[in-house]
Amino acid sequence: MQYWAIQTLNSLALGGLLFLLAAGFSLIFGLMRIANLTHGALFMLGAYLGVSVMRQIPNLWLAALAAGVAVAIFGGLLERLILRKLGGNVLGQVLVTLGVSFIIADACLLTWGGDPIPIQTPASLQMPVRMMGFVFPAYRLAVVVIAVVVAIALYLLMDRTRIGAMIRAGVDDPEMASAVGIPVSKLFTTVFCLGAALAGAGGVIGGPIMSAYPGLDADMLPLALIVVILGGVGSLLGAFVGAFITGFVYTFGVALLPDLAYVILFLPMILVIAFRPRGLFGKFAA
Amino acid sequence: MRFTRRRFVQATAAVAAASALPSLAQQGPIRLGLMTVKTGPLASGGIDMERALQQYLQEKNNTMAGRKVELFVADGGGTPAQTRTKIQELVERDKIHIMIGPLDTASALAADDYIRQAQLLTLSVAAAEDMTQRKPNPVFTRGTSTSSQSAMPLADYAAKNLKYKRMVVIADDIAYGHEMCAGFMRVFEDNGGKVVQRLFPPIAVPDYGTYLAQLKTNVDSIFLGFAGSNGFRFLRQANEYGLMQKVKPIGGMTALDEAVLRNMGDEALGIVTSCWYSAEIDNPINKKFVEGFRKQWKYDPGFYAAATYVEAAVLDQTLQKIGGKIEDKQAFMKAVRSGKFDTCRGPVQFDQYGNVVGNVYIRKVARKEGRLVNTVIHTYPNVSQFWTYKPEEFLKNPVYSRDYPPAKNLES
Repeated sequence: MQYWAIQTLNSLALGGLLFLLAAGFSLIFGLMRIANLTHGALFMLGAYLGVSVMRQIPNLWLAALAAGVAVAIFGGLLERLILRKLGGNVLGQVLVTLGVSFIIADACLLTWGGDPIPIQTPASLQMPVRMMGFVFPAYRLAVVVIAVVVAIALYLLMDRTRIGAMIRAGVDDPEMASAVGIPVSKLFTTVFCLGAALAGAGGVIGGPIMSAYPGLDADMLPLALIVVILGGVGSLLGAFVGAFITGFVYTFGVALLPDLAYVILFLPMILVIAFRPRGLFGKFAA
Repeated sequence: MRFTRRRFVQATAAVAAASALPSLAQQGPIRLGLMTVKTGPLASGGIDMERALQQYLQEKNNTMAGRKVELFVADGGGTPAQTRTKIQELVERDKIHIMIGPLDTASALAADDYIRQAQLLTLSVAAAEDMTQRKPNPVFTRGTSTSSQSAMPLADYAAKNLKYKRMVVIADDIAYGHEMCAGFMRVFEDNGGKVVQRLFPPIAVPDYGTYLAQLKTNVDSIFLGFAGSNGFRFLRQANEYGLMQKVKPIGGMTALDEAVLRNMGDEALGIVTSCWYSAEIDNPINKKFVEGFRKQWKYDPGFYAAATYVEAAVLDQTLQKIGGKIEDKQAFMKAVRSGKFDTCRGPVQFDQYGNVVGNVYIRKVARKEGRLVNTVIHTYPNVSQFWTYKPEEFLKNPVYSRDYPPAKNLES
């Protein structure tokens, strides 16, 4: 009983972390049709920037904010200066994002060294929570709460604001959107910044669980892809549901069928692609 | 083209000059290749390998046995294919006489056939068991240890000194992790212990939460067979789950390496690990090494730094014995395998398979001058890769792996 309760909480925590990772990826993919392969590297860059900020001001939330802003600026520059020039050339854009992710990874190695660097859990969340006779790390529960809050905030942004309406219009039909006067070009930069900011801040929020280490980028990118393909490209709800499904499948899959640890993540994705190529909530095929 | 007498003389002279070159080259520098990793997840250890080797060469004024040493460093990125290409480059372009490296097991295995084919003298850092067991290579020598060479003494210590009876083993799902766990389990169970659970999480596992929830806590201890940053991440998460209050783990040679320790907190205190090295070993060579390294880089050398420092000492002392003639590969390897060497890890020699026989240290994490260190609490002298088993019988069994030896006492 306890075991199942802990594994359920584990699934939720992993799902929360995956949502923070995948939300930005899904936004960018949905609007710009670019599989932004720098996403894992931006997540890692955020984690490392968080490390540096926390050496000056030991506050995780502040560090997440700062890293989010810094990575957003970086993402904006990347979009304006490089991806923009390759407009329409999807393959070129994907390759460039992959190349940039290698550059970021090596720059991080050069700057922060090769050792794993821990990110401190906020003091108020360091004590494990005791409930029903078992203990669970408080910070992981906090991650679930943060993921839900971010999801609601993004939902309100997309559903209740003018810019959200423009983004939705852009996702549904970019040509028509620009024909009716929506500045799709500015929108692209805005969305790219927002997606990058989510990745950067996600890196810091995930830091106390994952730490910052070389290779974090390559560990996280496939997870973002899985979540987005499962949930459906360009759908916030899809990313949310996809993240938690992935969290549950992974946690219980590994617990019940340890020998399938490598494929367990991909099984639901394969099933979804086979029977529902758009993903669970997607508007078009990935 | 007509063949005149003049051309004939010219051609003969050229051939004579070319065949005289090797003896001239002997006067030239010794070309030493370091096959390391400077990018990717293994870079931390790889950079330490280069720093320690540079330090050794500086201390010796870039001279071994009266000959200048020229160092060529190659970055294999920790990927077998790239490492193999880079080794080829070191041999064919840089014309190295001898190679130190590579770092990781998979790369060493991938390069094995090329090393044989090119007859490249190799002082390896990687731990792949069979390269000095069932498939020994006449030009391949290892001064560090096999995967299980440090784990088997730890199992002995756990059973006899710590009096552990029931244990869990958990390790990375790679050959290194399998071999280490297999050696640990065999010796622990031969001494009356029982391994009741065995887990191999993938090396790039996003989160250990799932595994932590499965771990049995009605055991005496947990053996950690992690490499790189995984041991560090596992311990941090185990601490968060309140596991460390229930069970105190013990670890293999890379789980709490100095490189990881310098970023850890109090959760590491008191954990016992085993390795063929510790920055705390009390001998004059090591004191000098650690002092120099600390002075330059502001942290303690660990497994990988010590690895190249040991190999460089083996190279240096062998060259002195054979008068610097590294071109004679057979004489060199014979001198390596029959010699005794003083290194920062203590005295070492080699068995007939080319693997090191040397001390293994049982260490305990303690706080000293504000930083965490691996204090030596027990020394197993002259440990062989076969532990106390007879080599012939040891080699009749399959190589240590995920399934060998079979686990007899697992509880579901």
